Amino acid sequence: MAVAAAEGSAPRRSLLTRVRTSGRLGRWSLRTTALLYLGLMVVLPLAAIVAKGFSNGMSALSSALSSFGAWEAIRLTLVASALCAVINGVMGTLLAYVLVRIPFRGRGALATLVDLPFAVPTLVAGVMLVALYGPTTPLGRWLADHGIHIVFAQLGVLLALLFVTLPLVVRTVQPVLLELDPAEEEAARVLGAGRWTTFRRVMLPALRPAIVAGAMLAFARALGEFGAVVIISGNIPGRTLTAPVYIFSLVSQFRYPEAAAVSTLLFAMAFVLVLITERLVAPKKDAELQ
Amino acid sequence: MTVHVQDRDVDVMEARSRDARQGRRVRALMLVAALLYVGALLVAPLVGIAWSAVKGGLGTLWNTLKEPDVLHAFWLTAQITIVTVVVTSFFGVIVALVLSRDRFPGKRLVSALVDLPLAVSPVIVGLSAVLLFGLGGWFEPWFSTHNIQILGALPSMVLVTIFVAIPFVIREVYPVLEELGMEEEQAAWTLGASRLQTFFRVTLPNIRWGLLYGIALSTARALGEVGAVLIVSGLIQGKTETAPLIIFRFFEQNHYTEGYIVALVLALISIVLLVVIEHFKNRRIQEAPE
Repeated sequence: MAVAAAEGSAPRRSLLTRVRTSGRLGRWSLRTTALLYLGLMVVLPLAAIVAKGFSNGMSALSSALSSFGAWEAIRLTLVASALCAVINGVMGTLLAYVLVRIPFRGRGALATLVDLPFAVPTLVAGVMLVALYGPTTPLGRWLADHGIHIVFAQLGVLLALLFVTLPLVVRTVQPVLLELDPAEEEAARVLGAGRWTTFRRVMLPALRPAIVAGAMLAFARALGEFGAVVIISGNIPGRTLTAPVYIFSLVSQFRYPEAAAVSTLLFAMAFVLVLITERLVAPKKDAELQ
Repeated sequence: MTVHVQDRDVDVMEARSRDARQGRRVRALMLVAALLYVGALLVAPLVGIAWSAVKGGLGTLWNTLKEPDVLHAFWLTAQITIVTVVVTSFFGVIVALVLSRDRFPGKRLVSALVDLPLAVSPVIVGLSAVLLFGLGGWFEPWFSTHNIQILGALPSMVLVTIFVAIPFVIREVYPVLEELGMEEEQAAWTLGASRLQTFFRVTLPNIRWGLLYGIALSTARALGEVGAVLIVSGLIQGKTETAPLIIFRFFEQNHYTEGYIVALVLALISIVLLVVIEHFKNRRIQEAPE
């Protein structure tokens, strides 16, 4: 230290150069590592799919789509995922509201429980639903007597998707709701607005981007869900076969180009959704930065 | 005049208490709806699986868990999970550092890439590994001349599991780093600390709860992966069967009780994990409020 002080500004400059060069080197190696990691682990596998699926133009896709049950599988996946996004969009928002605004005993337990689908393996989720609603269980028998079929039926597919995607909406809406000032709602109420009007005109505009983003995430997740669905749906072509399970059956028949073509279709949809969701969530962040 | 005012006061008070009563009713209704939804969708299936697994008696339960194949499946799942968590944490922190500290063209695209595995169906991930390492794949010639088996063996199972677990650490660490800013790190550099010292003494302690939360989430995801692993594993009984895969096989062979038992064990593990996840999440929120 004494030496440095005696020599004046020279060591200071060398320190700065050291920081700068080591900084540049460090930054380059980190950036390269990160890009290589994502490139090799994410981009390359997906590129292989697109390359395989469209190596012969659209022929693989049209051949895959002409198989029995292919269109029905894609339609079922789209409809069930959309329904799932809407139902969990509403129920997830309700749950977030209950968790943030209504004090009650066991609120912490409910908050933990909502995250259960994040922790439970998806296949186990499917098994759990079969264990509850299966044709051999008392509840399953009772429901079957009343004409409600869940296992090996389309309702089961929806139920599995609802289970798996529930936390997505709750976790996107909750932080926004926490930021929201209850004073605004109180002001609306004092000025004579009813509860419903207050929700619709004051809370909903603030929550809408988060609700839509959460529902989109749920939709994208539901599009690709395999583990929970494969167990409960019975995979009946034309009835309960979903697109991911259809891809799986193509793969097990070694029809790789066709499987790759349908995969490209499916993940293109999911990717567009993710991009839209990023846009919905990101503008707020950009505004904050500026 | 005074009488009139008092009348109005009484009216207002009555209206207020009517309003408060109505408010309590609405809140109670919302709470009940939320609890019913979570109860039917998440809690009831848990009860269902517990009941179905122990229905056959504790002897069956014990014998199933003692089976060498089942024990091996859990051991394999543990191995895959450990490697996955180590890899995704190490590279995840690097990617998060680059995304939060570095500037380069195309950064938005890279951050969208990070979320991509969340939107890609596991089945598609499995297919891409088959296309890359299978017969006629881009990497197949190299690995076969060096006699390294990827498909139908541990390496491919680990690779696909890493793919699906990539986003978690990055998504939890990145916001903490953004929030933190670079002041502390810059202070450490100017005081002469090296990059590595700065990382281990300044950055890491600041991000530890976010990192642990991300690690717990990737553990859960790695434990439960089924779609991708199913495709690449080749389903060799007693060799490449993970815990979720053995449930899949039991169900295919109509050994439902055994399937329920293994599923119950996995469900119990994930409940423990859930408690850990919630703990880390709460700590992270306390340390770095979003």
